[in-house]
Amino acid sequence: MQSTIKRIIFFVLILIAWQGTVRILGVSPALMPAPTDVLDELAKGFADKTLIYDIIASFRRLAIGLAIAIIIGVGLGILLAKNKTADETLGTLILALQSVPSIVWLPIAIMWFGLNEKAVTFIVILGATLVMTINMRIGIKNVSPLYIKAAQTMGSRGWDLFIKIIFPASIPYAVTGIRLGWAFAWRALMAGEILSAGPGLGYTLKFASDFGNMKLVIGIMIIIGVIGTIVDILFFQRVEKNVLRRWGLETNN
Amino acid sequence: MFLQIQDINKQFVNQNTASTVLSDINLDIKEGEFVSILGPSGCGKSTLLSIVAGLTKPTSGEILLNGQRITKPGKDRGMVFQQAALFPWMTVEENVMFPLRKQMKKKEAKELAHHFLQKVQLSNYTKHSPHELSGGMQQRVAIARALSMNPKVLLMDEPFGALDEQTRSRLHHELEKIWLETKKTILFVTHSISESIKLSDRIIVMGTRPGVILEDIQVRIPRPRAQHPQMTAKLEEKIMRLLQSEIDKVVKEELAYAVNN
Repeated sequence: MQSTIKRIIFFVLILIAWQGTVRILGVSPALMPAPTDVLDELAKGFADKTLIYDIIASFRRLAIGLAIAIIIGVGLGILLAKNKTADETLGTLILALQSVPSIVWLPIAIMWFGLNEKAVTFIVILGATLVMTINMRIGIKNVSPLYIKAAQTMGSRGWDLFIKIIFPASIPYAVTGIRLGWAFAWRALMAGEILSAGPGLGYTLKFASDFGNMKLVIGIMIIIGVIGTIVDILFFQRVEKNVLRRWGLETNN
Repeated sequence: MFLQIQDINKQFVNQNTASTVLSDINLDIKEGEFVSILGPSGCGKSTLLSIVAGLTKPTSGEILLNGQRITKPGKDRGMVFQQAALFPWMTVEENVMFPLRKQMKKKEAKELAHHFLQKVQLSNYTKHSPHELSGGMQQRVAIARALSMNPKVLLMDEPFGALDEQTRSRLHHELEKIWLETKKTILFVTHSISESIKLSDRIIVMGTRPGVILEDIQVRIPRPRAQHPQMTAKLEEKIMRLLQSEIDKVVKEELAYAVNN
C-alpha cells in the first residue's frame, strides 16, 4: 500500500507542477495545454463516444494482429528449435529482421494492401511475430532434459512427448513472448495508425495534430500510455508471475 | 536370471580423446532383489543405470530383462531420479496418472494413482501442484509415479541425495516398507555406504576410471538393520577400506593433472 500512496503523490505533484508552469508562464495552448484543458478535451471525446470508437477500433486491430502473430510465432519458433538447418538459415533472417523496426515496412505494406486496415494489421503482425518466434525457440530449446528423460521412461515418445511434455514445459517462455509481442504490437499499431488510415487512436492523434489541437494530442498520448501500463501490469505481469511460480522457475518467499 | 547385464562397455568421446566410463560390467540380478550400486563419483554408476533404463546406449554389450534385450526406455523399468522430475503444469494426481493414461480408463487410472499416493502417505495432496510440496514429498510422488505403472524393475538414481538427513532417513524407512510389500526388484545407485547397507540385499561396489565392479557383497544382516549396529559397522568398515584406494586414486590423478597443467 505504501508504494501506491507514493505513486499517487508523485503523479499529483507532476500534474500540479505542469498546471502551475503552464498558467504562470502563460504558455500558448498550441505549444503546451494545461492538464485541465486536456481533461476537458478527453471528457468531450468520451462524451461524444469518438474516443471510445477509436479505442475499440485500435484494440480490434491489435487483437487480430497479435493473435495471428502468436500463431505464426509459435509455429516458427518450434520449427527453428527442432530443425538445425532452418535455425541456421531462417533463424538468421529472423534475427536480422528483428533489428528493423516494423514501421519501416509500412510504405511497402501500403503498396501491397492499400491505405487501409490491412496494411496496419500487417505491421502489427510483423512487430509481434519476430519476438514471439525468438522466445518460443528458446522455450523449446530450454526444456529440461530431465523432464524428457522422465517422460521417456514412462513410455512417452515422438509426437506424444512433444504435445504432453515439451510444449507445456516451454509455456513460461511463450508467455514472455506474448508479453513482449504485445508491447511491440502496441507500438507498431500506434505508428501505423498515425501514418495510415482510421479510425483508431493513432489516426485521431494525427488528425488532432493537423488541426493544431494539442489538447487532444496530449490526451491521446496519455490514453496510449495508460492502456499500455494497465494491460502490462494488470494482465501480463500477473500471468507471467503465476506461470513462473507454478513452473518452479521463481521461488516465492 | 531376471535382469542380466552382459559385458557392458561405455566410452565417451570428447575432443578426440575417448574416455572409458564403464569397462566389462557383468551382473546378474534375481527377481525381487534389492541391489545397491555403490561407488565414488565418476565411477559410472549413474551411466550404468541410465543404460539399464534405455536412456543411454552402451558402446558394447547388452542388457536382458526376462530374456528380452533392452534397446529403448520402457514402462517395464520405472525410474526415479535425484530430482523428482514432476511435471509442474500437472497436479500431483495427474503426474502419477501420466504413465497410465494410455493403458486404462481415466477412472481406473485415478483410483490406481490414489492407491499409490496412499502408499507414500500423500493421499491428502492429490490436487496440489508439485511446487507446493517439499523436496521429500516430491520425491515420494516420483516413487508413487514409478510404482503406479507396475514396472518389473525400479531404477533409482541417488533418489534421496538432495534431501536433508531426517527426511532421507524417513524415506529409507518408507522405501524398505514398500519393497517388503511389493517385492519389486530395485536397482539403487548411491554414493552413501550407510544408505546401501541399510537398504539392500546386495551391494555392488564399483571402482573408478574406468568403472569396474570391485566386489559383489551379499548383505546378510536381518531387517530392520537399525537393530544390528555392530554388524552394520563391520560391513561399513570393510566397504570403506575397499573404496579408500579408489578415492586415493582419484585424488592422485587430480593432483597429477593439476601439476602437469
